[in-house]
Amino acid sequence: MAVTGRELPAFLAQVILQPLGLLFVFGRVLTDLGFTNPAYAKQLFPGIVAMTIMLTALQSVALPLVIEFSFTKEIEDRLLAPLPASWVAAEKMVFAAGRAIIAGLVMFPVGWLVLGSIPFDVTGIPLLAAMVVLGSLAGGAMGMTLGTVVTPARINIMFAIVLTPLIFTGCSQYPWPSLSKLPWFQVLTLFNPMTYVSEGTRAALLPNGVHMLTWIPPIALLAALAVFGYVGMRGFIRRAID
Amino acid sequence: MSSDDGAVSTMVDARQIEAAVAAQRGMAVVVHDLVKCYPKRPTNAVDGVSFAVGQGEVFGLLGPNGAGKTTTVGVLTTRVRPTGGYAEVAGVDVMRDPVGAKRRLAVVPQRSNLDRALSARQILLFHAAYFGIPAEERMRRANELLDQFGLTERADDKVDFFSGGQSQRIMIARALMHEPEVLFLDEPTTGLDPQARLFVWDRIRDLKSRGVTMILTTHDMDEAASLCDRVAIMDHGKLLASDTPDALTATVPGKNSLEVGILLDGGGRDALQSALAALPGVERVEPVTKDGGGPPAGMNPWAALGGGAGAPAGGPPPQPAAPAAGTPYHLRLYASVDAPSLVAPMARLITDNGGELVDLSIAKPSLEDVFIHLTGRALRLWPQSPSLKRRRAQPARRWSRSWRSCDGTWRSPGASCPRSSRR
Repeated sequence: MAVTGRELPAFLAQVILQPLGLLFVFGRVLTDLGFTNPAYAKQLFPGIVAMTIMLTALQSVALPLVIEFSFTKEIEDRLLAPLPASWVAAEKMVFAAGRAIIAGLVMFPVGWLVLGSIPFDVTGIPLLAAMVVLGSLAGGAMGMTLGTVVTPARINIMFAIVLTPLIFTGCSQYPWPSLSKLPWFQVLTLFNPMTYVSEGTRAALLPNGVHMLTWIPPIALLAALAVFGYVGMRGFIRRAID
Repeated sequence: MSSDDGAVSTMVDARQIEAAVAAQRGMAVVVHDLVKCYPKRPTNAVDGVSFAVGQGEVFGLLGPNGAGKTTTVGVLTTRVRPTGGYAEVAGVDVMRDPVGAKRRLAVVPQRSNLDRALSARQILLFHAAYFGIPAEERMRRANELLDQFGLTERADDKVDFFSGGQSQRIMIARALMHEPEVLFLDEPTTGLDPQARLFVWDRIRDLKSRGVTMILTTHDMDEAASLCDRVAIMDHGKLLASDTPDALTATVPGKNSLEVGILLDGGGRDALQSALAALPGVERVEPVTKDGGGPPAGMNPWAALGGGAGAPAGGPPPQPAAPAAGTPYHLRLYASVDAPSLVAPMARLITDNGGELVDLSIAKPSLEDVFIHLTGRALRLWPQSPSLKRRRAQPARRWSRSWRSCDGTWRSPGASCPRSSRR
């Protein structure tokens, strides 16, 4: 935590530049050039917040974990702290979730600067808070799963075959119900937990817009958290204790 | 009926362990019949190892790579779950209460695992925080240890820029922050320069005088001989010997020998050799060729005897076939008694036979001879060490197939390990 504090500028650059670029090009440039409808930016913004949260949490666990288990061996010292190994795993997920929440919140002023105005609805705050917290924890759990399954040698491949589909099937660039024109893709997106963070955030920020039924995202995210949390924890203990 | 048998045997087993452990009450570390089998490996990495380490003792664990040292230490430090047996650190069963054991032990790893983003002081403070040491106490101990390890000047630099010796010092200081009862040191001086090594040795002696129990794994035989109260030699997962370094060196056959350089004309050599062999206390006498023939394999206390007075001064290498007069030739006497006691009768015998004694050295076996005697000279081709395995993670598992086929004796994967032991 102390390190994150000291490295805040670097941390922000790491997690915010990509969504910033997406937001700028798709929300601002394409709109200003007349290729997209200004209403699209409103749909895009909640999705970008969701994507930032999810990916920040995921990468904050997976990348350091792969490195600590292989090159630096820092994990060995952490495992000697007088705590059960599962707590060490939980600490990593919670820590990553903390970083993700900060990154998600920073997207609001950033979005406001880029787009000029952002959708917001006071009544949606509880749902928004739930999405930010659940989304970041689920992202952390997915990161734990990836970080313990993927070997250091294949970390590059992980980015190609896991992260990229995750970004594009997560409903961050389009509302889920509108996919009814592409039914197979609509079904496919349901397997990506990010879809639920995007849709939940959309429902919180644009209650009157097009989005998935409001009660589905929290339940789906709890389920994702349980599944990936369990698998990730198991993977961690398997790697930590021979 | 069969299930009854199983229950009875488990009970007997448990009772045996209890009895063995009770006999070793008050010991700092107890290992009883420890077995570890990694899945899909044909042999046990640790195969029925038992030993106990007393309070304040420095115990050395020696063995070739893949002997099972790291796995044994891994079990004791809660990093490896054993397949069978019992292990206890500072009175705590490491399987039943890993967290309690971790409070009482500390590890100094072989390779740096310091958090590179932190300064030396932060590393010490965070470590103490994990162990719930109050802030004021933390600061006091950190300052004390930084001072003791000569790190005060660099206390606030990031450890990323530290040398190997400095990193090693921080890792020892870090291990001492929570005042462990048992300290595990994994090859603590490998790769350090002589100054740093001496410094680490001094710190280890210092800790010993303060009553800290230490388990040291090392390849450095001098280190083991000079630091350890007792040494255990492991190979192929088994404990081959365990005793004080002196007692161990006394077990090597041909432990006492003399090498003499003699000036004598060709004629009387055979007679002298038989006369020497007939001396009471001499087991056998062998000629030593100085140019490449060397001493017999298996024991090599002298290496080449480079600077010996008997070496031909600046001249060409002697020709064993037709030695020139005035060139000393060398004999080795293997003694069944204390070698120095043979010097006087031997010297007399040489003079009586018309020879002249020009060179003499007494060889005492070192711990290295014990090590080689017990574990053989063959190089270890099997990269079995679990740390190596972990470093390579997945690919290693793929290669394991080819290793197994190199070994003629592998069992089928299903038969190798009880899967249930690994969770």
